[in-house]
Amino acid sequence: MSPRRVVVAGYGMAAARLAELVRAADPAGERVALTVVGAEPRPAYNRVLLSGVLAGTLTPADIALHDRGWAERNRVGVRLGVPVTGLDRRGRRVRLADGTSLGYDDLVLATGGRPWLPPVEGLSDGRGGPAEGVATLRDLADCLRIRELARPGAPVAVLGGGVLGVETALGLAAAGARVTLIHPAAHLMERHLDRTAGMILARLCRAAGVRTAIGAAAVRHDPGEGVKLDDGSVVPAALTVVTAGTRPETALAARAGLAADGGIAVDDRLRTADPRVRALGDCARAGTPPQGLLRPAWEQAAVLAGLLTGTAPDARYHAGAPVTRLRAGGVDLTAFGETRLETDSADAEVISYADPARGMYAKVALDGDRVIGAIALGLPDAAAALVQLHDDGAPTPADRPGLLLGRALPPAAGPGPDSLPGTALVCRCNSVTKAALLRAVRETGGDVAALARATRATTGCGDCLPAVRRLAARRHETEGTPA
Amino acid sequence: MTMDGPRVSAGELCQKGWTAGALLGAPDRLREPLVRDRRGGPLRPASWDEALDLVAARLRRVLAGHGPGGVAVFGGGGLTNEKAYLLGKFARVALGTPNIDYNGRFCMSSAAAAAQRAFGLDRGLPFPLADLDEADAIMLVGANVAETMPPLVRRLRRARDRGGLVVADPRRTATAGLASLHLAPRPGTDLALALGMLHAAVAGGLVRRDDLERRTEGFAAAWRIAARWRPEEAERVTGVAAADQRAAVGLLAGARRAYLLTGRGAEQHATGSDTVSAWINLALALGLPGREGSGYGSLTGQGNGQGGREHGQKADQLPGYRRLDDPAARRHVAAVWGVAPEDLPAPGPSAYELLDSLGTETGPRALLVFGSNPAVSAPRAGRVSRRLAALDLLVVADIVPSETALMADVVLPVTQWAEEEGTLTNLEGRVLLRRRAVAPPPGARGDLSVLRGLAVRLGRPAAEFPDDPEEVFAELARASAGGLADYSGIGYDRLRAGEEIHWPCPGPGHPGTPRAFLDRFAHPDGRARFVPVDHRGPAERPGGDFPLIATTGRVLAHYQSGAQTRRVPELAAAEPGARVEVHPDTARRAGLADGDRARVVSRRGTAEAVVRCTPGIRRDTVFLPFHFPGAERANLVTNPALDPVSRMPEFKACAVRLEPA
Repeated sequence: MSPRRVVVAGYGMAAARLAELVRAADPAGERVALTVVGAEPRPAYNRVLLSGVLAGTLTPADIALHDRGWAERNRVGVRLGVPVTGLDRRGRRVRLADGTSLGYDDLVLATGGRPWLPPVEGLSDGRGGPAEGVATLRDLADCLRIRELARPGAPVAVLGGGVLGVETALGLAAAGARVTLIHPAAHLMERHLDRTAGMILARLCRAAGVRTAIGAAAVRHDPGEGVKLDDGSVVPAALTVVTAGTRPETALAARAGLAADGGIAVDDRLRTADPRVRALGDCARAGTPPQGLLRPAWEQAAVLAGLLTGTAPDARYHAGAPVTRLRAGGVDLTAFGETRLETDSADAEVISYADPARGMYAKVALDGDRVIGAIALGLPDAAAALVQLHDDGAPTPADRPGLLLGRALPPAAGPGPDSLPGTALVCRCNSVTKAALLRAVRETGGDVAALARATRATTGCGDCLPAVRRLAARRHETEGTPA
Repeated sequence: MTMDGPRVSAGELCQKGWTAGALLGAPDRLREPLVRDRRGGPLRPASWDEALDLVAARLRRVLAGHGPGGVAVFGGGGLTNEKAYLLGKFARVALGTPNIDYNGRFCMSSAAAAAQRAFGLDRGLPFPLADLDEADAIMLVGANVAETMPPLVRRLRRARDRGGLVVADPRRTATAGLASLHLAPRPGTDLALALGMLHAAVAGGLVRRDDLERRTEGFAAAWRIAARWRPEEAERVTGVAAADQRAAVGLLAGARRAYLLTGRGAEQHATGSDTVSAWINLALALGLPGREGSGYGSLTGQGNGQGGREHGQKADQLPGYRRLDDPAARRHVAAVWGVAPEDLPAPGPSAYELLDSLGTETGPRALLVFGSNPAVSAPRAGRVSRRLAALDLLVVADIVPSETALMADVVLPVTQWAEEEGTLTNLEGRVLLRRRAVAPPPGARGDLSVLRGLAVRLGRPAAEFPDDPEEVFAELARASAGGLADYSGIGYDRLRAGEEIHWPCPGPGHPGTPRAFLDRFAHPDGRARFVPVDHRGPAERPGGDFPLIATTGRVLAHYQSGAQTRRVPELAAAEPGARVEVHPDTARRAGLADGDRARVVSRRGTAEAVVRCTPGIRRDTVFLPFHFPGAERANLVTNPALDPVSRMPEFKACAVRLEPA
């Protein structure tokens, strides 16, 4: 039996992952003959790490997902710089921008998303791309362009205070640009956060040197000047970075008659209305709308690789609840599930802690014994534990303050020996209890050396020396007190 | 700790050290050979001649009926270098069997395999332990030194004082309690933690790119995997906060002198080799190995854990850390042994595979055990005990009637540490001569003499199996010449004169090698290798009827299977029986309170223990010490899934449930 011809339209992260997993399941190419068609002129790279390129800690080479020889070694046909321009479902062929075409048994649409330019005067170049002085942040070219324009000291406007906008604003400010973050809603990241968290996040941004214009809508962009807001003020900007979200790239699917409203709808086998055509990643609507997150795309790639190679014919994709992470500068934010229930909610138990001055906020919503939502800002340890509880569906710890705050404060210096019970081990190495040491204090009346001779305490790792000194000093305290 | 003077323990001992003398006079010390006249019958005293004649006769019968493969040998990491060497020679020359392995497979094999891959050489610490005194930052991964080797804690002091001690352990152990930063990964996810930290190092611009260029190969491929493991992704798998991963990397990268050390917690997994490789990758990225005052090392577990794996009691190895499947190595060792290279057997099965096959249709019918107690220490111990019982002949040489000895057909009483001379190679690769301090009990013989007695009875010339340790060491040194662990320049004379010699020491005038890798790594091109490894997770995941993860380990008062330490009154009193450490929330959910008796149940068996509630353990994890016999054997529940490279079993993570006993 000849292998199935699988063509993947798109060579982004989801497509790259799919190709890797197909070859992991079918290393010799006996089941699947794979061709990947990419619009960009370079092999797939890790989009999530673009912030590192922007910050200058990573080079474009560092974020490549595949090296030059990868495709050949793995028997994957890769076509670079030739977008798929047309789809003939009946003939089962795709047409490429260079005029060639490819036949398929299965087509996978992995066309990703494209940045959305809000309908603000002067943002667009009229052909759907950004105008002069405006940049989106989606691909490597965007990134290099922003690096070029956002020099230290340069005024930069960031339009849109979602996760990407806040991260970008903080990153550019850290690199020395004079950043203003413009956000039309009443508080930052309003899709993921409640008002209090949004307010504290804005304080953190300002503390990091980012000016904020929140609840302010942009009405016009003027190249070389900046962004005019609806209150009449102007945010000066040599560069305006638009981070207003992405839209699924569905043009190809739509032209081929595969309904594409807010993402190419697929079932739990990632099939579109045409069972020969599948979709995954940011272009696909698999249960929930695509959110530009990596984890669903990888889970979809794993399911699809199992199905296409026939190695896991029963694999099905079920959308998990996404976790939002924001990490830039000193800001560490995690949010998932029900984040807008308040402590007076009748539907859930909600506990919270807010310390705006120190940039800390935690809120956890519980349904009985299970965590159904949380926000943790400035409390990374609590965030890690909450996400695991959420992922595992494990019962909530009895220690609710600990749950909310994690290891919020540096650990206090260990308790002194005074507060220990007599049975407590003071010298672990030699199993010497506090009671034994006190007995030795009474019997030898001695100093540390005498205690060491009598009990061997302090002769192992030596860690108990301060405690033994303290107990030896008790001799004086207890003198005159009948035992 | 072994008694090796000021360089390692600064003259300090832990309780196990200063009570070890009690073992010399243990009330049930074996003082005469014991034989069993029939299966199920009692062990009765016998003379040495009777016992050795009996063993030899029955070995000959098995050899005649089943060939050399019918006989197997199981050694130990506590045996001296001389014993380990002669045991390997005995198996391959006197028995001609490929079936020899040892309990070090359960201890150091993953670290050994990973170090070989990365550096071309496995020496636990490629630097003197005392170098740690000067460290600004130290990260310990799965190593609870405050309980397993307390004197080492002194060496962490400077790093602690500078806020640079990082400990990764699912439990807040005594060691974790000393740390400036304690990371508590879910058991079985250390590899993901290492990937997250490597990612943080690269993304944070903390990697020494010029060192990588100059001294290593393969960074790009390792990074391409780590690139997918942003700390936030690793956090989701490990439970370790991304911020803590970055902080830990920052401490190591920012220190002038920094060390990354792994212990069994990282290594005893079915992914142990890859896990250690991931930590070595991180160390290489930070430029630690091969830099004076910094480095990567593995903390050896047994007294002679290092030497025990160098001299040929491992299934795939010949003396000098040579590979049994390397034709040049076979020629060299065969010449020293005076046999034909083609007469040396091929590599044999690894420890658990060997034990698992005993008494089966195709497996060995006879087993000789030296310095090990596999009925307690092997994974899935219930199955292993049944395999031991299915043998035609089980011979155990030990100092006390261990659980395995009590199953034997013939028990041979041998001498122990202070009663005999011999060398050990400590965790820093330094060869120590241990002198005889007291006379052994009259009925006990040295293991060398036992091997000689058996070899002669099996028709080998006596000169092939000397029983004088110095003579054996001289032969070992010749056999090791030119190998990775080259001892050829080391002799008892130099050791008696007080020289401190780290291998390799390739000639009489050579000073030894305290710090390996400063100029070059041991691969032919002198470069270290990044190994591209990815997280796979434990072989068995919690869920359903087995919602918790059990991890096993040591407690302060005991050592290994406890056969020795349980016989020391002070130690037995400190820790009389098995406990299961559990978070109070988890105990409450199982209907248990502190002090209750509980059962820890896995798909393979049930271990009993007393509940000890501690808030310092993850709620999804229980901890069982592995020192106790009978129904309290932690290894009744452990998973024998093996690492594909090192053949290390998965001691450190298996799915269990907790219930009242």
